[in-house]
Amino acid sequence: MKELKFKPKSRLWEFLGEKFIAVNAFVALIAIILIFIFIFKEAVPILTDPEIQEEVTLEKMVFKQEFYEGRDAKWSWQPNSEVPKYSLFALFIGTLKAAIIAMFFAVPLGIGAAIYSSEFAGKRIREIIKPVIELLAGIPSVVLGFFALIILATFLQNLFGLTFRLNALNAGIALGIAIIPIIFTVAEDAMTSVPRSLREAATALGANQWQVSLTVVLPAALPGISAGVVLGFGRAIGETMIVLMASGNAAIISANFLDSVRTFSATIAAELAEVVFGSGHYSVLFFIGSLLFAFTFIINFSGDILLTRIKSKFQGKMN
Amino acid sequence: MKKLMIAMMLILFGAANLLSGSTITIKGSDTLVRLGQRWAEEYMKKNSEAVIQVSGGGSGTGIAALLNGATDICEASRDMKEKEYKLAEQKGIKPYRISVALDGIAVFLNESNSVKNLNFAQLKGIYTGAITNWKEVGGNDSRIIIYSRENNSGTYSFFKEEVLNKEDYSDYTQTLPGTAAVVNAVAKDKNGIGYGGIAWAKGVKFAAVAKKEDGKYVIPSLETISDGSYSISRDLYWFFNGKPEGELKKLVNWALSAEGQKVAEEIDYVPLPKERAMSSLVK
Repeated sequence: MKELKFKPKSRLWEFLGEKFIAVNAFVALIAIILIFIFIFKEAVPILTDPEIQEEVTLEKMVFKQEFYEGRDAKWSWQPNSEVPKYSLFALFIGTLKAAIIAMFFAVPLGIGAAIYSSEFAGKRIREIIKPVIELLAGIPSVVLGFFALIILATFLQNLFGLTFRLNALNAGIALGIAIIPIIFTVAEDAMTSVPRSLREAATALGANQWQVSLTVVLPAALPGISAGVVLGFGRAIGETMIVLMASGNAAIISANFLDSVRTFSATIAAELAEVVFGSGHYSVLFFIGSLLFAFTFIINFSGDILLTRIKSKFQGKMN
Repeated sequence: MKKLMIAMMLILFGAANLLSGSTITIKGSDTLVRLGQRWAEEYMKKNSEAVIQVSGGGSGTGIAALLNGATDICEASRDMKEKEYKLAEQKGIKPYRISVALDGIAVFLNESNSVKNLNFAQLKGIYTGAITNWKEVGGNDSRIIIYSRENNSGTYSFFKEEVLNKEDYSDYTQTLPGTAAVVNAVAKDKNGIGYGGIAWAKGVKFAAVAKKEDGKYVIPSLETISDGSYSISRDLYWFFNGKPEGELKKLVNWALSAEGQKVAEEIDYVPLPKERAMSSLVK
């Protein structure tokens, strides 16, 4: 038998190794905290700096404003105007429209593919489907955005005779392609981790494969599937490059999903590089950044809660 | 071993010092970055001891870098804003502006569009949303789809000031990242209109532009921009901290020389008229 190599000296290395790994873990944590502090700090002047407050306040960002005397009050995003206009409402609508279309597109496809892959597909087909869909997640978003800008937009315009080439529908579908793998992976994991005993019990009671999948596995995996949907939504809200290229970036307030939209993330990406440092506009962009950070944090957090719940459920801790 | 390491570190340190001593950094406008790079290449060929680093990022980024002392030369496609001049004063920086080339802003139309001429009033109407149909400016009966650069690009501000008289763009203006994206969108959209530098146009046609309705409609080209007959053109600037001296002065005077301006023309930038280039030389 080979002699074990744990000599007293190696204790020191173990100790150092452990500390090194711990430092790595904390670096990520500290980085997140520092990033949030930085973003928040740059946004704070909106609330405190009187010079900036002449230009923009919380109230001006949320409510309709009468920008010119005698004209109707309205929401408008025109930060580089003689009278800067910073209504976030138009951007909020835009973000929501793109994300909703993305969800309508990606949820059925992602969950459908997950059900097929975990319940019905043969082993060989499954071994092809799964990695291919997961490969989708590896496509850089700028490539997806470019695809939507050049090809998808033209296709949709010819198909439906659209007025605007670049619109919420176009951006939403491209976004959907980006979030399918997230929904698929999480939902598929949830369904395959449903204990064998549940399936076997149902089969023993005479249920066929459809009945097992739809009445036993699907309900049991529901928290996991919802987690996939929630995480996908988080990505749809925060994704930048695709919407920047494919949505047209016009801050229009309408219920029409075929109008162009401007999202929070695309606004930051487009405007931050050229903004005058320390100006009102600069602070507003960081304020949007804080909002996005908070949104995605809450969304991801609820996704994680759902995932923890499904885990403890299958381990029998939740009866 | 230790001695060797110390020696090596000293050498590295020394080399870094030497390098930083003679390196000129140029940073700023994406419109100008290609020209800056070509000038740097040509200049370094002639002066083997000179080291020049050029990067883009946008006029705003370049100006911020100049104010923070992070660059020697800032390239900008617009003048500094009042707020930036104020910041410079606070930081003890004295911006020194030199025009190094011209830039014409062309109005792009889809090649299938029957409209050929547009005047400033029509352009303003289209971009502010008062004119929404091509038939109002002599074209087909279809909705005008307006494309623009992002609202922080120097080109956006310039167009807004010169053509829109500082009025806001229509809410339906679709803003795209970069001139290439605008050109692409107009090339694919038969009802599209866009604007941007003349060097970029592939697959679109230029509208002939006149300031007044009864004025002369001119198509942008190197000649018409350089001689001033095309009406939407602007200066492209280099900003320095204080009047340039030594190596910086040599560089900018070379860029303004006939040789430097010819380099600009070779890569589709519009050179300054001779008299203007001569008068801009740093004495």
